[in-house]
Amino acid sequence: MSAHGHHVEGEWPHQPENATLEGRNKVLGFWLFLGGEAVLFGTLFATFLALRDQVGDGPTAAELFKLPIVGAATLILLVSSLTSVFAVQALHQNKVKDLIKWLIVTVLLGFSFLGLEIYEFVEYIHHGHNFTTSAFSTAFYTLVGFHGAHVAFGVLWITLLIIQVKKKGLNLVTAPKVYVSAIYWHFIDVVWVFIFTVVYLMGRVV
Amino acid sequence: MAHTAHTVKRYTGIMDWLTTVDHKKIGILYLLAGGLFFGIGGIEAILIRIQLIKPLNDLVSEQAFNELITMHGTTMIFLGVMPIIFALMNAIVPLQIGARDVAFPFLNSLGFWTFLFGGLLLNLSWIVGDVPDAGWTSYVPLADTTYSPHHGVDFYTIGLQISGLGTLLGGINFLVTIINMRAPGMTYMRMPMFTWAAFITSALILFAFPAITVGLILLMFDRLFSGNFFNVALGGNPVLWQHIFWIFGHPEVYILILPAFGIISDVLSTFARKRLFGYSSMVFATILIGFLGFMVWAHHMFTVGLGPVANALFSIATMLIAVPTGIKIFNWIFTLWGGSIKFTAANLYAIGFIPTFVMGGVTGVMLASAPANFQFHDTYFVVAHFHYVIVGGLVLGLFSGLHFWWPKMFGRTLYEGLGKATFWMFFIGFQLTFFVQHFLGLIGMPRRVATYLPNQGFDTMNMISTVGAIMMGIGTLMFLWNIFITSRQPKNAANDPWEDGRTLEWTIPSPPPEYNFKQTPLVRGYDAWWKEKMDGNKEMTPAEPLGSIHMPSPTILPFFMSVGLFIAGFGFMYGRDPFDNAILGFLFNNYIVSIIGLGITFGCMFLRSVYDDPGYHIEVEELEDKGGRA
Repeated sequence: MSAHGHHVEGEWPHQPENATLEGRNKVLGFWLFLGGEAVLFGTLFATFLALRDQVGDGPTAAELFKLPIVGAATLILLVSSLTSVFAVQALHQNKVKDLIKWLIVTVLLGFSFLGLEIYEFVEYIHHGHNFTTSAFSTAFYTLVGFHGAHVAFGVLWITLLIIQVKKKGLNLVTAPKVYVSAIYWHFIDVVWVFIFTVVYLMGRVV
Repeated sequence: MAHTAHTVKRYTGIMDWLTTVDHKKIGILYLLAGGLFFGIGGIEAILIRIQLIKPLNDLVSEQAFNELITMHGTTMIFLGVMPIIFALMNAIVPLQIGARDVAFPFLNSLGFWTFLFGGLLLNLSWIVGDVPDAGWTSYVPLADTTYSPHHGVDFYTIGLQISGLGTLLGGINFLVTIINMRAPGMTYMRMPMFTWAAFITSALILFAFPAITVGLILLMFDRLFSGNFFNVALGGNPVLWQHIFWIFGHPEVYILILPAFGIISDVLSTFARKRLFGYSSMVFATILIGFLGFMVWAHHMFTVGLGPVANALFSIATMLIAVPTGIKIFNWIFTLWGGSIKFTAANLYAIGFIPTFVMGGVTGVMLASAPANFQFHDTYFVVAHFHYVIVGGLVLGLFSGLHFWWPKMFGRTLYEGLGKATFWMFFIGFQLTFFVQHFLGLIGMPRRVATYLPNQGFDTMNMISTVGAIMMGIGTLMFLWNIFITSRQPKNAANDPWEDGRTLEWTIPSPPPEYNFKQTPLVRGYDAWWKEKMDGNKEMTPAEPLGSIHMPSPTILPFFMSVGLFIAGFGFMYGRDPFDNAILGFLFNNYIVSIIGLGITFGCMFLRSVYDDPGYHIEVEELEDKGGRA
């Protein structure tokens, strides 16, 4: 059936994620899913922008945000995007060891990002910035928390994929899975770039 | 992947239906569940109309009336007509593009079960006794905990959230199916109009549903976790809800109507026995309507006070939609013009659609004029308008599609005579119900009010409206009776039971075998089957040699994933309630119920990821045994 794609048997295709119909469906479906995710985050950003000045009796963005720690988190996440690119390069070259190595680095960076975010949230709560403090605080925790939940899902997912690639090897079933997890990872990185700009930088300046 | 023979457990009976990943069976499940909710919504509608049959009636209390109107709207839109649209899309779209299945059979099943469990959660509110009562739009502050203290609105937010997830998955599935799975030769500009409509509708679902997901999450956070999105005292903004709701809500009405446009395009050209007039302009108009549908949400908010500039822009954008819609209307008329028309039941519904939908469109343009809108706002004029487009448009379209494709779905043709009688009963009932409501609105009868005083000129028209609603109820019962007596007949529908079929679904047996096409067909032009018939061919040219067919395995995981979400939703809803029973209190107040529910869902996701589905093959010998033409 056409599901077996265009590649020659026994040769690793240049784009293993697109070598089978199932793979092509998965990649396209995932891009479309990210389109929906873009609307989801877009709506959350719009909500945050509408409510960001409504701080009530709570602390303002300028009082709360400390750019060094957020800057470190941003750097970590951007680097993790780079390492996931290296992972996909290894995937295309059928280098399983390199693939697993770069995926592990990506996951570790993801966990450090999450650690920093949790530390940051605990700090804010000490400063009286709770979920229920003001419209600003509710919108802040919802937007940034949604992103954090996406990162958490991502690291667990990629961890599961590392185990799968170790057990099943790299083949035309596992390759598309790794590939879409990489697109997902870039997407949450892009969302973070917007959060860094709209929430933190604009929060310090405007 | 080697062609090793995998042994896969094949289920029968109820387990077959719970585990199926076959798009045709999932279509039937959607039809059953959608039909059930359509019936519930219909009973709610008739209760509303009986309450309003005379002034100062006291059949139901004001509270019960609010619950009825809220649940009628919510049930009909999210759980009644959308699933029936999905039923037809599932049953027909893969056949129309010459595909063996949808792109993601597992997600297809998951989409159905999440929709069903979301709908069940929402309707469980009737049994619990806390029914949503803030209107189907659930505006804040009415829907916040101050004015809706009981769990009604929580059933709304969480039930719709779960069922909306299913819709989103379905949308992505159909987009990928149509982009990647078309048979050789089935270019975009050769796709049947129903497939085009399903394509654009799926795109709208993809970009509209995440907005309502966020809206429902915000409302849920406000209600369950004391958030402040809509809490004015701490800086929240109620107008934000209206924007988010309608950014979803307006595309939603095009999500509903575009498939009806597609259905009647296919039905009219089949029974006029003519090529659809202006096919390319139909495609273009469909895309344009889908695009403009995202640009007009604030016309639901003219009276909020967004200012004259915003109102003027949204007013003009709304009127623009009349252009592509008008293109479609004229194309349908020109398709009929000079055709050799067969007035089958399906075609009666399609022809009845045209003038009815035009009336709904005309009142739509009237409502789009912002100054006039201030007068029409919140009156029965609005109720008349949207029922003309949704019932007079979409529901007539669905009845048309069901009559048309019933033999393809079930192998039996519905009784034509009874079908035509049903059409007249439903159609006349519909016009009686809603035509007078225009005038009720113009003379000032407000919507969403449980009763009215006598001698304001409302009495007679309300009586007529109620009689019409009962006729629509009888029409629906006649349709069910038709299904019942048809189901007792032998399964003998031909491949092309209408004899004038134009598209690929009519080239295979009714109902089709699980693999649809024994050999993928080669498409040589628009109206692929009609073209072969006109060239004197008895069947499609195959695009591949006969070979073994790979099929996905049935699975119970989607069912349990949805059960998990249902349990988790229930847990969140009662997370902060006091419980007399210590164990229940412990389980709910520590969110252990929610954690268990989410654990089930994510556990199933884990299993799905770890265990690859090898599927199974239907071998050539088996294909030849079955003998059916492909």
